[in-house]
Amino acid sequence: MTKNPEELYQERLKRVEDAIALRVPDRVPIVTFFSYFAARYAGITYEEYTYDAEKMLSAAIKVHEDFEPDMADIPGIYYLGPTLDALGFKQLRWPGRGVGPNKPYQFVEGEYMKAEEYDHFIEDPTDWIIRKYYPRICSEFEPFSQMAPFKFSFTYFNMGSLAPFGTPALQKAVDALKKAGEASMDALTYIMKFGQEMAKRGFPISLGGLTQAPYDTLGDYFRGTKGIMLDIYRRPEKLLRALDKLTPWMIELGVTSGKQSGNPFIFIPLHKGSDQFMNQDQFKTFYWPSLRKVMMGLIDAGMTPVVFVEADHTSRLEIMSDVPPGKVVYHLENTDIFKAKEILGDKVCLKGNVPMPILCLGTPDDVKAYCKKLIDVVGKNGGFIMDTSVSLEDAKIENARAMFDFTKDYGVYR
Amino acid sequence: MATLIDELASAIAELEDEKVLELVTTRLDSGIAPLAIVDNLQQGMTEVGMRFESGDYFLSELVMCGEIMKDAMAVLEPHLAGADQQHRGSIVIGTVKGDVHDLGKNIVVMLLKGAGYNVIDLGIDVPAEKFIEALKESQAPLVGMSVLLTACQEGMKEIIEEIRAAGLKVAVIIGGNYVDEAVKNYVKADYFAHNASDAVKIADEIFTTARGSAHSA
Repeated sequence: MTKNPEELYQERLKRVEDAIALRVPDRVPIVTFFSYFAARYAGITYEEYTYDAEKMLSAAIKVHEDFEPDMADIPGIYYLGPTLDALGFKQLRWPGRGVGPNKPYQFVEGEYMKAEEYDHFIEDPTDWIIRKYYPRICSEFEPFSQMAPFKFSFTYFNMGSLAPFGTPALQKAVDALKKAGEASMDALTYIMKFGQEMAKRGFPISLGGLTQAPYDTLGDYFRGTKGIMLDIYRRPEKLLRALDKLTPWMIELGVTSGKQSGNPFIFIPLHKGSDQFMNQDQFKTFYWPSLRKVMMGLIDAGMTPVVFVEADHTSRLEIMSDVPPGKVVYHLENTDIFKAKEILGDKVCLKGNVPMPILCLGTPDDVKAYCKKLIDVVGKNGGFIMDTSVSLEDAKIENARAMFDFTKDYGVYR
Repeated sequence: MATLIDELASAIAELEDEKVLELVTTRLDSGIAPLAIVDNLQQGMTEVGMRFESGDYFLSELVMCGEIMKDAMAVLEPHLAGADQQHRGSIVIGTVKGDVHDLGKNIVVMLLKGAGYNVIDLGIDVPAEKFIEALKESQAPLVGMSVLLTACQEGMKEIIEEIRAAGLKVAVIIGGNYVDEAVKNYVKADYFAHNASDAVKIADEIFTTARGSAHSA
């Protein structure tokens, strides 16, 4: 008897929810980032996946129809081209703009917030973002630096503070903002359409929103990797105050996005606290406390943090076990997932981690052997979701196929 | 962790930035040869590299050390003009075409320089022609390639093929987050490094065996 999409939807959702709650599902769920694999699989370029909404949509649908994961990978962070163009966005290079038509988007590392701007940032982060940060990361918004702070414009005595908007430069910037808004609205329409198409086929969406560890937000986007590391030594007090400022903000971001999408799975990618990046005391002082508060804030609001633990965090596992059981997912990249099962098995649902070298260079038998070990050891007694270590992007198609088929067959709990 | 006898070398190793600058200035004022001061800085830097290797230091310490070195060198540089700086050999390095990530590469560059090598850093998004040109010009026996993205693996393989096709007899070492033995074999590199101190160790190995034949530019 074939199941209807609604039944499939509920069955898949329950499978994942059981794993997250550390119960034993009917079989090991499989959820992965297809990323640009979807484009390659459909025979379109990454650039088309970034710019052509109709092609993007049909490619994203096709990969889900053919591989049938337990949850769908929303293509929202790939279909960005028109919005980024409208902004003159400088913080990324993306397919066809700064990198080749079949290369993935890449972040442009930089010190986008100067060390002497900490006070401005802590005092009024929104004003700092509008007048200092936007002009640096979007060429179209350079004139924002000429605006007066909006906090001056609360009285009719001071309407002159709006005068900069009468200049050609700022008017052009406001036009760009309108265009970016239109492009973003268009993108959102397609992402919602994707959600509907997935529901029709019985796939829940894997993520409903995104937030970050406060240290990563500050280090990735504002101070830069080097800047924030120097701050640990040269201005630790200011760094800690900025992290305090960011913590409720990161909770609000995750909770708001989860409520708007009606989907409680909130993605938190970890970047700058891995084993080699800082020592254990620094991790305990600058990284973990605010990250834990963000996770707890999300959990208190009924959300499920899906933490993408990038690079290797094996030495942090003991510290990272301080979370309530059955409420959090850790997707592990190079962290020792077998050791993680020993330390976190009764606390955290583990996700991962078929290594990229096996998927890109190995054979389907190599993939199956690794998946078998994952299912036998990490999948024991539930609490495990099969995934790649990062994404399927450059995986051989036959290897991706092997990972899905093997998991659905061998991963059944009997 | 070793304790360094020289006060300046020890200050670098302990990341005491103000003390380092103070000592560099005092030593310059008292007439100590700038190159001798550079030697002490490098001793400290080598100790930092060793502490990283043994797991006592992390990237944050390396970055801080790099910044202290930069500040110290800014004071020293005007006094170094004309001085004949010795180095242990030349190494060409770059992030391969298509990839713009350079955090890891910059750390490797810093440690190699600290260990006394002449490093020719080609930056990011480097095509085969630029690697080949720099290798011919410098006669460096070793080239380091950095890659973060699996998407740039094919590109790296092609660059290595082109370097070999150009007849250059150089050792190729690759590094990057996901790089392992399988990737090394696939792209036909000679070595791979998991982290920055591995890279220095391999360089030391190559330059020790190649001593005598290695060209010092």
